Amino acid sequence: MLRFSWTRFLAVLKKEFIHIRRDRASLIMAVAMPLGMLLLFGYAVNTDVEHLPTVVWDQSQTQESRDFVSSVRNTQYMDPDDYVSGYKQIENYLDSGKARAAVIIPPDFGKQLQEQQATVQVLVDGSDPTVARAVTSAVQMLGFDKSLQLQSQRLAAMGISGGTTLPLDIETRVWYNPDMKSRNFNIPALIGLILQNVIAMLTSFSIVREKERGTMEQLIVTPIRSLELLLGKLLPFVLIGFVSLSLILVTGIFWFGVMPMGSIPLLVLLSTIFLFTILAIGLLISSIAKTQLQAMQMTFILILPSILLSGFVFPRETMPKLLQLMGGLLPLTYFLEIVRGIFLKGVGLQFLWQDTLALCLFAVILLAVASKKFKKNLD
Amino acid sequence: MSLAIDCQGLIKRFGTYTAVQDVTFQIPQGAIMGFVGPNGAGKTTTIRMLCGVLVPSDGKATVLGFDVKSQPEDIKQRIGYMSQKFSLYDDLTVAENLAFYAGVYNLRGKEAAAQKDRVIERIGLGERTSQLVSSLSGGWKQRVALACALLHSPQLLVLDEPTAGVDPVSRRIFWDIIHQLAKEGMTILVSTHYMDEAASCDYLGFVFYGRLIAFGTPEEMKQREGKETLDDLFIYYVEREASEDPRNTKAGSGGAG
Repeated sequence: MLRFSWTRFLAVLKKEFIHIRRDRASLIMAVAMPLGMLLLFGYAVNTDVEHLPTVVWDQSQTQESRDFVSSVRNTQYMDPDDYVSGYKQIENYLDSGKARAAVIIPPDFGKQLQEQQATVQVLVDGSDPTVARAVTSAVQMLGFDKSLQLQSQRLAAMGISGGTTLPLDIETRVWYNPDMKSRNFNIPALIGLILQNVIAMLTSFSIVREKERGTMEQLIVTPIRSLELLLGKLLPFVLIGFVSLSLILVTGIFWFGVMPMGSIPLLVLLSTIFLFTILAIGLLISSIAKTQLQAMQMTFILILPSILLSGFVFPRETMPKLLQLMGGLLPLTYFLEIVRGIFLKGVGLQFLWQDTLALCLFAVILLAVASKKFKKNLD
Repeated sequence: MSLAIDCQGLIKRFGTYTAVQDVTFQIPQGAIMGFVGPNGAGKTTTIRMLCGVLVPSDGKATVLGFDVKSQPEDIKQRIGYMSQKFSLYDDLTVAENLAFYAGVYNLRGKEAAAQKDRVIERIGLGERTSQLVSSLSGGWKQRVALACALLHSPQLLVLDEPTAGVDPVSRRIFWDIIHQLAKEGMTILVSTHYMDEAASCDYLGFVFYGRLIAFGTPEEMKQREGKETLDDLFIYYVEREASEDPRNTKAGSGGAG
């Protein structure tokens, strides 16, 4: 009598699939939420500084000043499309947000450039520090390059040929994400975030619903065993998890062109372990929550810190120790290391084993606690 | 005649609160036993202990020859249970609900199909099988729930306020089926608030603040206290017991049954 019964397990499984099929809200959540979040993060959350609207006050109106403006455009950081004359207008552009930067070229720019030192003023809207920092360093770089070029021309004209080589040259190479696209950084991480949000919510809903309707009470009186009920209820969400995972992978690769550098089978394997920790979290939520509304609120309590503390947006290294420790309590933190490692660096288990171990520990501990609580609720 | 339920000094405590106190009774197979008493008196707690769901704090009970403490799984497989709340899945059809409960009672293949056909025929659900439960009226839901509880041909049927909030016609149909089942040898344990339903039981138990204060056939019980109707008897018991109940003198300490 105490043996695991496939008949009972399959009965639960079949019933769950009917529930999911009839419940449009959870179907939408399983398919539309991953896609929606992916498009949102793929397009909107873009920390790359590019093509900022820039206003130019060219008081010089010479060949030199026009050359300078076009080299500003060539940095790709700024689009100097609007021309004005006067500080009042510039202020207007920056205040209204029509421009994020302004370039002011003095009247004697051409002449000064030939003779001694020309000064160009660049005003930057510093409301967003990331943008301001990027623009500042871009124009400084530009100024340095330009000066170097002019200086060597002058030296060459004076007959000194050695002036073209610099005593120190720093060569920088950006690895893993050479174009420094934030999309390449964000989309792999979305696999973790989306799986966590969708699966935790759906799992907890499915169990809390039985409590809310009173059907759990009926099930307790039947010979069904908690393991049969648990597996029957969780397995559909494992499948939904895989559907979400492939949806994100396919969209990420074919739509956004974010190719994983490492092994996809390894990624799927480790995502499965992550999925189990999430199922366990959903299960835990359902054992505490009494209504679906409570379950939803608890899931949101989980979502917010996991966006902020897991390293999804902000690097964990710069956080205060306490917040780092708190982030360490989230399975997502470790999974993000794994998924970014595989996607961007193309590394394997030899570098990811610590994160994998942490994830496995989470899975085992959380599942044990959750199923014990679930069993206790049932008895 | 062998006993379907043999209950000896059953006690259930929740912390310091005693929900069921020393309940003792026996009912033979094929009898209808009714539990009456106010809400929170401990009817449901007693029923849940007999179903093998709650472990008694003390005392001993055997149901269909199985011990409630050590053999709850044997009991669960042999009893049908229907509670005061609708225990069906609203978003499933009648047939899908039946199929689910057939699976839960470990029925498969031909056996499951035969049992489903049998209860559909018996309860008269033939035309409703493809309907969603959410579209059914209260009376029909009750009958579908009964059908689900009968799928595995239980020897004991446990009904916890099965007709609460159901219209009189549906109530009549429901009880006709119950009496028919008892005639065929099924034992029935039912809790109810309706005195007309109580009157038609073979045995009655009055449950009050966790104690079984009177037990017997309806006729015996009325004679014992010299009352004309069960209504009178019920009110007499309530008034007598309420004056003796310690909780009525100690304000503010309630508890669930």
